[in-house]
Amino acid sequence: MFPIRIRDLRFRPNGRPVLDGVDLDLGDEGITMVLGPNGAGKSVLLRTLCGLITPSEGTIDWGGTARSGVGVMMVFQHPMMLRASVLQNVAIALKPHRVARRERHLRAEAVLERVGLAGRRADSARHLSGGEQQRLALARAWLTKPRLLLLDEPTASLDPSATAEVERIVREIRTDGTRILMATHNLGQATRLGDDVVFMSAGKVREHAPVRRFFSRPASEEARLFIQGELPWRMNF
Amino acid sequence: MPTFSSTFSEAFSLLATFDRVVAEIVLLSLQVSGSAVVLGTLIGLPLGACLAIGRFPGKDAAAVVMNGLMGLPAVVVGVVVYLLLSRSGPFGDFGLLYTPTAMVIAQTLLVVPLMAAIARQVVEDVWQRYAEELQVMRFTWWQSVTTLLYDCRHSLMVAVLAGLGRAMSEVGAVMIVGGNIDRATRVMTTAIALETSKGDLPLAIALGIVLIVVILVLNAGAFAMRAWAMRRYG
Repeated sequence: MFPIRIRDLRFRPNGRPVLDGVDLDLGDEGITMVLGPNGAGKSVLLRTLCGLITPSEGTIDWGGTARSGVGVMMVFQHPMMLRASVLQNVAIALKPHRVARRERHLRAEAVLERVGLAGRRADSARHLSGGEQQRLALARAWLTKPRLLLLDEPTASLDPSATAEVERIVREIRTDGTRILMATHNLGQATRLGDDVVFMSAGKVREHAPVRRFFSRPASEEARLFIQGELPWRMNF
Repeated sequence: MPTFSSTFSEAFSLLATFDRVVAEIVLLSLQVSGSAVVLGTLIGLPLGACLAIGRFPGKDAAAVVMNGLMGLPAVVVGVVVYLLLSRSGPFGDFGLLYTPTAMVIAQTLLVVPLMAAIARQVVEDVWQRYAEELQVMRFTWWQSVTTLLYDCRHSLMVAVLAGLGRAMSEVGAVMIVGGNIDRATRVMTTAIALETSKGDLPLAIALGIVLIVVILVLNAGAFAMRAWAMRRYG
């Protein structure tokens, strides 16, 4: 699957360029933070990588193959919560993997233990708090042991303590050997979690640099303005 | 000429004494309509879910047809099933005409479009919210259908109740394919129509009361179950 090489990726629904020639290389380990203003194309890039969006042009090379097929999971800002128990909501991730129901539940219980939700396994998933629901969504993704995990602003609406808990789990998943690509608007989170930063604006990757260098010496003017919180929300680059 | 109050009084005494004729008619009605609703649930709900999440040419046209068939006249279904099951029809050899099985077939055809149309609407709303995650988890099309039906199970109770109401209250189809034969194919609606025309209003009213009570009890049960489920699962 790795290295992932994205070349000249374009997505133009109704002629409007949402991804406008993205070039990006991703190695086989670490956490890459995807930063950029609203409408930069961060979420669309993640959706393209997990196959939800078919690009208009360009290629994604998955370590020598055209399509990854399996091993990619994504956690959304507002994850799906079925009208079922916490345990069932996690175990369902293994349904397409032809794992027996009992085995699914055993594995789900183990991963719930790791995200701190074991005590709530029988509760309704819809009665969890926002932070707990994100932990459930991470557990669901983790259960499938993905090679690449895409996180689309999973802490966008969480308070600091819930955010910290999600970040702890993300680090653990990374330690387990999963490559992580995470979109966020939280610059502090990017410095805490990230190994490197991909900065996007107007559908292009403007900069890809190690996290420390990106924040201390951003290469582009847009990135500098973004870090300082002065990037106009609608710029014509 | 019986008065309004004396008719009701006799009707209640028929019910209070648990009249055998009334009991037999009620039991057959429940068997026929219950079977039709079970079959309608097995066919209509997955069909509605498939229409909700499937991508195929003519999907919108299929949805329009399904919605249109919700108002399918029972007598039309009765005539079609009659033609299919009559001795000269394609299924005439089975000898099903004027049997409860024919009535079940007719009522199933009546309730399937209704249940499928409601299910399509319910599932489509949920599918719009879940589609991306189910696709990311690489659910097959059928796994998505079963997952959505399970998730919407409490809302789909409305579809089942609507089907039951349609099946229990229709008279045209069962009259044509069942023949309203005493102690064989006489159900509550056909009995009410017959007894009213004969002037035996107490029996007609007694059956009407049972019909209404059955539908009210089932609706109350479904309402309570849905309320419990909403509290339990959100």
